[in-house]
Amino acid sequence: MSQTEKTLKPVSGFSAFVQNFGLPRLIIAGFLLLLFIAAPFVGSNFFTQLTNTINRFSWNAILVLSMVPMVHSGCGLNFGLPLGIVSGLLGATISMELGFTGGLSFLMAILIATPFALIFGYGYGHLLNRIKGGEMMIATYVGFSAVSFMCIAWLLLPYRSPNMVWGLSGKGLRTTITVEGYYDKILANFLKIEIGSFSIPVGTLLFFALLAFLMWAFLHTKAGTAMTAVGSNPTFARASGINVDKVRLQSVIMSTWLGAVGILVYQQGFGFIQLYMAPFYMALPAISAILIGGASVNKASITNVIIGTFLFQGIVTMTPTVMNNIIRMDMSEVIRVIVSQGMILYALTRKQGGSK
Amino acid sequence: MSNRVPLLQMKSISKDFFGNQVLSDISLTLDAGEVLGLVGENGAGKSTLMKILFGMDVIAQTGGYGGDILIGGEKVVFDSPFAALEAGIGMVHQEFSLIPGFTAAENILLNREPTNRQSVLSQVFSDRLSTLDRKKMDETAARAIEMVGVDISGSMLSSDMPIGIKQFTEIARELSKEQLKLLILDEPTAVLTEQEAETLLSSVRNMAARGIAVIFITHRLQEILDICDKVVVMRDGHVVKEVAAGEATIPDLARWMVGRTVESVQHQDRATAGSARTVMSIRNLWVDMPGEVVRNVSLDVREGEILGIGGLAGQGKLGIPNGIMGLYPAGGQVNFDGRDIPLNEPRKCLDAQLAFVSEDRRGVGLLLDESLEWNIAFPAMQIHDKFLKPLLGGLIKWRDDRAIKEVTLKYIDQLQIKCTGPRQKARELSGGNQQKVCLSKAFALEPKFLFVSEPTRGIDIGAKALVLDALKKFNRESGVTVVMISSELEELRQTCDRIAIISGGKVAGILPAAASSEEFGLLMVEQVR
Repeated sequence: MSQTEKTLKPVSGFSAFVQNFGLPRLIIAGFLLLLFIAAPFVGSNFFTQLTNTINRFSWNAILVLSMVPMVHSGCGLNFGLPLGIVSGLLGATISMELGFTGGLSFLMAILIATPFALIFGYGYGHLLNRIKGGEMMIATYVGFSAVSFMCIAWLLLPYRSPNMVWGLSGKGLRTTITVEGYYDKILANFLKIEIGSFSIPVGTLLFFALLAFLMWAFLHTKAGTAMTAVGSNPTFARASGINVDKVRLQSVIMSTWLGAVGILVYQQGFGFIQLYMAPFYMALPAISAILIGGASVNKASITNVIIGTFLFQGIVTMTPTVMNNIIRMDMSEVIRVIVSQGMILYALTRKQGGSK
Repeated sequence: MSNRVPLLQMKSISKDFFGNQVLSDISLTLDAGEVLGLVGENGAGKSTLMKILFGMDVIAQTGGYGGDILIGGEKVVFDSPFAALEAGIGMVHQEFSLIPGFTAAENILLNREPTNRQSVLSQVFSDRLSTLDRKKMDETAARAIEMVGVDISGSMLSSDMPIGIKQFTEIARELSKEQLKLLILDEPTAVLTEQEAETLLSSVRNMAARGIAVIFITHRLQEILDICDKVVVMRDGHVVKEVAAGEATIPDLARWMVGRTVESVQHQDRATAGSARTVMSIRNLWVDMPGEVVRNVSLDVREGEILGIGGLAGQGKLGIPNGIMGLYPAGGQVNFDGRDIPLNEPRKCLDAQLAFVSEDRRGVGLLLDESLEWNIAFPAMQIHDKFLKPLLGGLIKWRDDRAIKEVTLKYIDQLQIKCTGPRQKARELSGGNQQKVCLSKAFALEPKFLFVSEPTRGIDIGAKALVLDALKKFNRESGVTVVMISSELEELRQTCDRIAIISGGKVAGILPAAASSEEFGLLMVEQVR
């Protein structure tokens, strides 16, 4: 009879809209809208704010997209994202070390990061196949250990390029390395639209659109369908002749590679490579974003990625300027963090299953 | 009787879930020591009615109910199961609620354990910290188990219990409550073997003799006639009939339940395809499936027949298809259509055009959170590359959603699957309709050979007939060899050409469907382990 309980009648009007769009997303979207409306009144330019939000969206979207394959195959949210990021950092630094500059350095960074991502993803995937059911916990520590291990590696690896090593000793990479002269804004400036203080980094958005399209297309193929089925019910998939471990491995490798590309895109927008402890907490914003976008631990779509990244990055961009202008005191930063993270927490507790 | 106040009265109970009326104007009365049989198809409202009586949270959360419940003549409103327990109502649910790592005695007396006299801790803090009086616990539990009429050791861990013993332990738990006046049994015999069910029925009679009223929900109509004093038949949220059990027959009950005449299916009378060649031969098969161990099975399946595999629960009949299809570790030789099938590799069996409808619908058979389209088309897509469009010269295999929708609609129509559409999630369907989806999935594979395991478990009589007919039709029209595994001998005899009885992990014998019940019965118990 539990069936009858679930047969909900279609609801009309506003409540149908809430059900379709998801209450958490409505709350966050409303909050964001409020911030945009408030912005001009506290003296910050609306168009500058919008530009910032779009920029940050373009930097982060691929990192959020990297959650999708693992969610589909039932490996949960990719708390091991730092592993992918580390692959990307290796690609970036080696490309610069080898002396590539301009657009070529970006392409080479991706190419060099790829084998690292494949190898790391392969090992990471095998590990996750052994601890089914506890993926997210183990993934968190995989990420943490990878970052800590690389802290040693960044110091010891024989990098020589004066643009990257510490000035005095001449060895060991600096914590922050500028990508100016290499691939700074290489995607962002491609086909860039600028109207006064308002600008759109079309190239970055196109690059994200390309990867998102490939992801969407993959999920519509035979292999992608198998991946979703493995996540939905692994026993069913096995009884249908699917090699569950192999599919999960594929998804982990895909997620890791997207993480590597994601951090390179982030760097070209942000302008700096951040090493050492910087990747440590990079998984959390990406995970928050996709959850706000309406994904759940085992269902995620490209729409979730786009909506989630926009809302999350919107809040992150808007709260400092708007809130700090409203409350002009030293507490403003603390209050900003409480309000923005609190909004997200509140929104996620209003969550009921996965939305579309 | 009229001068006494009945133990339980339910007056014009009604309930809707968000405007969806599931119960309307239900009234019934029950005296102490009476056994009331409650029957109805899946979805008729039986469980909802019991949830209302037991004060389950879902009822209050979905807006409460209409009408009155009177216990001993006084109006009561239970806002939680605890209140119902207090009033002397016990319920044994369809799903087991035992703690796996606890013994039978601990489970039976959970939270009602007798405690030792005061210790230091309990004096300082509260009684909750007193130590348990193990000896008294064992005695109380043993007394409760004895009342059920089975032999369970109080120190047995519930994780080690076979499914039937679990059921008895749950009943013992309810019986050990001294204030128990009314016991609700929700399909208690569904998971039991015939002997176990018999034991259960006699313990229900004992309870009634001791003045406990029992509400007994079951799909097995014979049981109702055997033990109940009166029967209430429900259909679509209404009480359609209330009669004394002595005045009803099984065909009557079945007719009232479904609201149409269920033709009793005739026994098979077509000549057994004796001349047909052997399409699958199984030699020395062993399968390590927990609770259904297969030890040494050799069996030949003839092309185009429907072979039944029967036997008591736990004797290994379910292990056979699960082992051959590679879901549990297995060994031995299986030859299909002249070729050896490698064991422990599900993919190889499927490639050889074997298909399997699992007895574990929700665990193995369905993608509960996906649409019917996916459920039906997925195996065929993955194994035979059906419902795919090749793009870029076959480099990309694109899912053909239109073809998937078409095939889904075809099976929805063919098997009369009740759903809101091909996009509905499998989880939302009733048991019988889920089973039809499982069958469609296997049919869509267009196999040469089909294993069907417990196809009618937990589904109602109307759906049962449909499922069995669909199987027979599939066998006749497509010439597919079908091996059907079932605990219900009667069902096998109606459907199959030959029936193999598995006992103690081996084939005890193979009989034609027309053989007498005694012959089957003897084979079943012959080598029981």
